[in-house]
Amino acid sequence: MVDIDYLAAGPAKRAWIRFVKWIKNLPGDVGGFFMALPKRSRNVLVSIGNTLASYWHMFVRGDWATKLSFLVMGFGCLRRGQVVKGLLYLLVQIAFWIFFLGFGIVYIAKLGTLGTETQNEVWNEDLGIFEYTRGDNSMLVLLYGIVSLLIVIVYLVMYFSSLRASYEAERLARNGQRVPTLADDIRSYANENFHKTLLFLPSLAVVIFTILPLLFMIMLAFTNYDRFHMPPGNLFTWVGFENFRALVGFGDNPLLGSTFRNILGWTLVWAFFATITNYTLGMILAIIINKKGIRFKKFFRTIFVLTIAIPQFVSLMFMRNLLAETGLVNVFLQQMGWIDAPIRFLTDGTIAKFTVIAVNMWVGIPYSMLITTGILLNIPDDLYEASRIDGASPAMQFFKITLPYVMFVTTPYLITQFVGNINNFNVIWFLSGGGPMSGEYYQGGKTDLLITWLYRITTGEQNYKLASVIGIATFVVCAVFSLIVYSRTGSANREGDFQ
Amino acid sequence: MKKVKAANVVIYIILTVLAIIWLIPIFFLLVHSLRGEPGAAIKYIFPKNYTLDNYTRLFTDRELFDFPRWYLNTLIVSVCSCILSTIYVLMISYALSRLRFKGRGGYMKAGLILNMFPGFMSMIAVYFILKAVGLTQSLLALILVYSGTSALTYYIAKGFFDTIPMALDEAARIDGASKATIFWKITLPLSKPIIVYTVLMAFMSPWMDYIFASVIMKDNYKNYTVALGLFQMITRENIYDYFTMFCAGAVLVALPIALLFLFMQRYYVEGVTGGAVKG
Repeated sequence: MVDIDYLAAGPAKRAWIRFVKWIKNLPGDVGGFFMALPKRSRNVLVSIGNTLASYWHMFVRGDWATKLSFLVMGFGCLRRGQVVKGLLYLLVQIAFWIFFLGFGIVYIAKLGTLGTETQNEVWNEDLGIFEYTRGDNSMLVLLYGIVSLLIVIVYLVMYFSSLRASYEAERLARNGQRVPTLADDIRSYANENFHKTLLFLPSLAVVIFTILPLLFMIMLAFTNYDRFHMPPGNLFTWVGFENFRALVGFGDNPLLGSTFRNILGWTLVWAFFATITNYTLGMILAIIINKKGIRFKKFFRTIFVLTIAIPQFVSLMFMRNLLAETGLVNVFLQQMGWIDAPIRFLTDGTIAKFTVIAVNMWVGIPYSMLITTGILLNIPDDLYEASRIDGASPAMQFFKITLPYVMFVTTPYLITQFVGNINNFNVIWFLSGGGPMSGEYYQGGKTDLLITWLYRITTGEQNYKLASVIGIATFVVCAVFSLIVYSRTGSANREGDFQ
Repeated sequence: MKKVKAANVVIYIILTVLAIIWLIPIFFLLVHSLRGEPGAAIKYIFPKNYTLDNYTRLFTDRELFDFPRWYLNTLIVSVCSCILSTIYVLMISYALSRLRFKGRGGYMKAGLILNMFPGFMSMIAVYFILKAVGLTQSLLALILVYSGTSALTYYIAKGFFDTIPMALDEAARIDGASKATIFWKITLPLSKPIIVYTVLMAFMSPWMDYIFASVIMKDNYKNYTVALGLFQMITRENIYDYFTMFCAGAVLVALPIALLFLFMQRYYVEGVTGGAVKG
């Protein structure tokens, strides 16, 4: 819907109109999403059916070589003279079945129970010592099980691609066309298949270091893996949604629910203030440095940028020392006679919350200043020129041109920052360590964010099941906010603008 | 005119005050690294004795804290993971920005979703995976993990590639260039700012990271990076004896990074504003 009001509005107003519209449409959108689910799942099923039908079609239509390819991967390719390609497919098949029968199937079969045999001590009469029988290790069962499933999926993809390749080779041969040789295939990876060449390595890295671990951790959220169920001495097993119930306060530990709510609340408050303060103050800083007639622009900018260049853990751990009760700041304030007792910057729950937000400004303002500076330099000069001819004052220029422009361009950045702050481990962990620890919290402190709480619970108590659930909760919070940005700012759809 | 001047004076005062606030922690870090008295804190503002001992001790007193080794470790990890990540990021962002293929949209959506999980959550599992293949507590593991997780930070580079006109590619295609040739001969030479940005970010992250390294290295002091090592110096047991050494170490870590960053500042701004914000 594009109406006159919308077109007449300035960028800031437009953003507001869009936001209101988004809120109004929210119930409908959410409802629509679920209403569309049956249709969508039907579409998915239909497309799967169509794909399978097309392979059936290949089987029926193909000659004996293609038919045999359904059993022996790559046979069709071999038959048409694509020797290397055919042999590679065959090799994949042999390797997969050796892996699957010797290793994969064992672990996939155990996935249902995550192992039943615990490691046992058996007294050996002859040697006079305890011997350990090898039991199952739930952790390895889960890990190898997931790996095996992933490999099965990869194999299936390869399998179907070999079928397509066989059929395609047959079709070309039948029509009297040239069947692509090895050289042709290799060349295609620099051309129409160039994306495969480029994406192969990074995707592999992403699968190993991001997807696989995430799957593993998500699975852990449904188990009872903690220090009482630590393989190989003990096994852990599936417990369904037990951990999620416990996190919202319906479990055995009544403290957990209230701790989660408090920490979640503070995480959101922190993310809000950390983002807003850095954003607005950084913008103001950039604007006054960039103001016409101010000299030493570069000098001032460099001073602020210096803080970005110093590793955060260095500056933050040093700040922690400065702000300690015997630290420099308190010593200074006491020497000046302004205070009698030291201020408990990091040891008092309420003051600590203000302290971390204040120190975060020290850390974060330079970033947003740099970014705003970049944007300010990009504002076309003729906008100011034209407005001056029309008699606009500098103040008017600021409110009518600079501010709306910067706001408009940085809205996506603002929300990315918000999500980033929800996961801002460094500032909290190095500065306050999540502390001061509180007896009302379960393993948590007054300035703990979900992410630092997660860290303490895993490294200290090794409560992996709880950590996974907290991780998933963090994801949900981030996802909700990110969805708002990506679906409504339209930045996702604007990528074609420049091309 | 007078009003403008008065306003400027006010701005200069504000800027100077702010600059001092921003410089105070850095200044005192330097002061404490030269402090002669031991201890985590002193009861007065400026130390009475100054010494360079803290710096020399970093290199001679290697029994408990092997700082030179950690420094070298970090350098090795930085250089290797920076090369790998740059390759990953450039490949992935170029493919997603300039090539059109089946599954591209799905790939980008998946990347978006994966990025929303807290990075640390997957770290625990990464540790188990590395353990299963016998790679834990090694520098190689760190290199693989840093570069592997950086692959998904492609969107800034992608935003940059999006701004290079497609017409260039099309002209080259008409002249018979393959897609790989276009990548090497046309796009990469135009992408200096974003390459420098990517290299810079990838190089700096091992110096700054603490959590990933701490999960992977656990108690293997030999393979610590500087971040982990320095953190050990100010644990409760060590802080009294080693705080000034910590400051000296911190200065030595911050110095090269700060210099590098100050020289490369321009590229940082170009990268962030060109890629992320334009979206």
